[in-house]
Amino acid sequence: MSDAPIIATTRLNHWFGSGDARKQALFDIDLTLQRGSFTVLMGPSGSGKTTVLTLVGCLRAVQDGSALLLGQELNGATEAMLIALRRKLGFIFQAHNLHESLTAAQNVIMGLQVHPGVPEAAAEQAAVHALGLVGLADRTGYLPANLSGGQKQRVAVARALVANPALVLADEPTAALDKDSAADVVDLLKRMGQARGTTTLLVTHDPRILDRADRILTLEDGRIVKVEERG
Amino acid sequence: MSWLLRRLFGRLPIGWLQLTHNRTRFAAALAGVAFANVLVFVQLGIMNSMGAATLRPYEFFQADLMISAGDANALNEGGNVARQWLLQAMADPDVTDGMGLFVGNVPWDRATKDITFTTFGVDPAQAAFLSPEIAGDAALLQVQDAALLDRLARGLSRDEAAAIRPQSPLAFETQGRTLTAFATFAGGGGFGGDGYMLVSDQTFLALFPARSSNAPDHILLRLRPGANPAQVSTRLKTLVSDPSLRIRSYADAAQEDLRYQQTRRPTGVIFGFGVLIGVLVGLVIVYQVLSTDVADHLREYATFKAMGYGPQFFLGIVLEEALVLGIMGFIPGLIVGTAILTLMAAITTLPLTMTPFMAVSVFLGTILFSALSGTIATRRLAAADPADLF
Repeated sequence: MSDAPIIATTRLNHWFGSGDARKQALFDIDLTLQRGSFTVLMGPSGSGKTTVLTLVGCLRAVQDGSALLLGQELNGATEAMLIALRRKLGFIFQAHNLHESLTAAQNVIMGLQVHPGVPEAAAEQAAVHALGLVGLADRTGYLPANLSGGQKQRVAVARALVANPALVLADEPTAALDKDSAADVVDLLKRMGQARGTTTLLVTHDPRILDRADRILTLEDGRIVKVEERG
Repeated sequence: MSWLLRRLFGRLPIGWLQLTHNRTRFAAALAGVAFANVLVFVQLGIMNSMGAATLRPYEFFQADLMISAGDANALNEGGNVARQWLLQAMADPDVTDGMGLFVGNVPWDRATKDITFTTFGVDPAQAAFLSPEIAGDAALLQVQDAALLDRLARGLSRDEAAAIRPQSPLAFETQGRTLTAFATFAGGGGFGGDGYMLVSDQTFLALFPARSSNAPDHILLRLRPGANPAQVSTRLKTLVSDPSLRIRSYADAAQEDLRYQQTRRPTGVIFGFGVLIGVLVGLVIVYQVLSTDVADHLREYATFKAMGYGPQFFLGIVLEEALVLGIMGFIPGLIVGTAILTLMAAITTLPLTMTPFMAVSVFLGTILFSALSGTIATRRLAAADPADLF
């Protein structure tokens, strides 16, 4: 099981719109991510990076080609299957998307509560631990409005990682952060990958992140045009 | 509350936390729900009081059957009944007694406030047709121009009413005659008059010279113990040659009057619509609050969707909010509604009260309609597409 890829796409194509307005966004994407790898997806705006993320993240239906996520075929998967698979993933968005009326700890608990049967006390303990890992042990009871931008993004990272996801999908997670905060967030993702075997697929334009990647994929006009192995 | 909801739903009480995060909006939402509750309470209170006020005069009399004119939908409405039908009804072996009942409105011009009494003319010798409270004083009506007055009548001070006794009667002018009240009974203001007055049929005819002793408004009949009113009524219908007459049990007559007042009289229909409008206002308020709340949190909901939360989870949040608004809005609504009904009852002397049935049914209705609003509001969640977050 440990040798099986977390993601394996074969000749993955995707279109947006219909009729005359139908436009192909991805062309024959072949992508394989091994367990524990840290992959950066680069490319200009409109190159298809986000489309790849949403397809492998079960947020869009696969239209053509094959996409295996954790060994399950996404092409033809039901909505219930996609929801179940999403629970095994961690999402980090460009905006933190924290719930304004929940404290930092409660926001992180939401990452655990999606799994039925997690005891309340255990969830709280795990949330506090996760916040400690991102350096926010003293901010557990703070509402997002009382946290800085970097702190909010770190809470979002803790929320994505608290349930030990098999795969973390991150879209420009450092875009709104200063240099130090950005380095902290990326180092944290990298460390967690190494410690827990979490696979990370990260979309970015940020050159500060590239030297932390095991592999850099460059997309242009919906095609992977360059693969750079760093590991 | 947070602890309670956490135990109830087995998760973070996100709905409660969302609602209380913006306290001003939360207070406004609760005020809206409370307002809708007050609207419903007041309208229901008036409707109920109309029912109680309609049935109240029926409680003054004791009868098994009532014969009325075909167009007599209420005690004081419709044409007269020929006395001959009373005599004919008495021929039935199960009919033991009969009495003509006269009804008319009598104005009492007072310096402070003019009072209109719904006046009943009865045979004082037939005390068995009167309620126990009134029957005890029926003999007083044998005296010409004697009256029994409603001590709860609107415009009659309680002290003045309490002073009315056979030893200290109250004389007053009406219809060009001087009547003397020797005793009182408990009636109460209604929608058609300020109170009630009982006089003998002879005094009634003196007050209304145009009326004839041969044409009372209704005929009350008492039956032999054990007789079946429905069977006697059927027999009388074959006996009486006027097919337009209504021959009903006394209890049925009261209920038909009530239905008539509630469904066919403009006041009943208006109050019924008032209740409906109150319910609709509540529905719209809760829907507006919840749908605005959903719209304000679409991004967070989309994030939860991306994390793997399903439709039941979101429905649960919105229903949790609906429950909180329904319960917390009901409490001030109940308090204010009770206060308003009490105040209105004191001013109008109508039987306006907050009954446990009203409180429970409005509470259940509030919860039901809040949940309905919440369910409708979840339709806006379809707009929360997690793919748009990237």
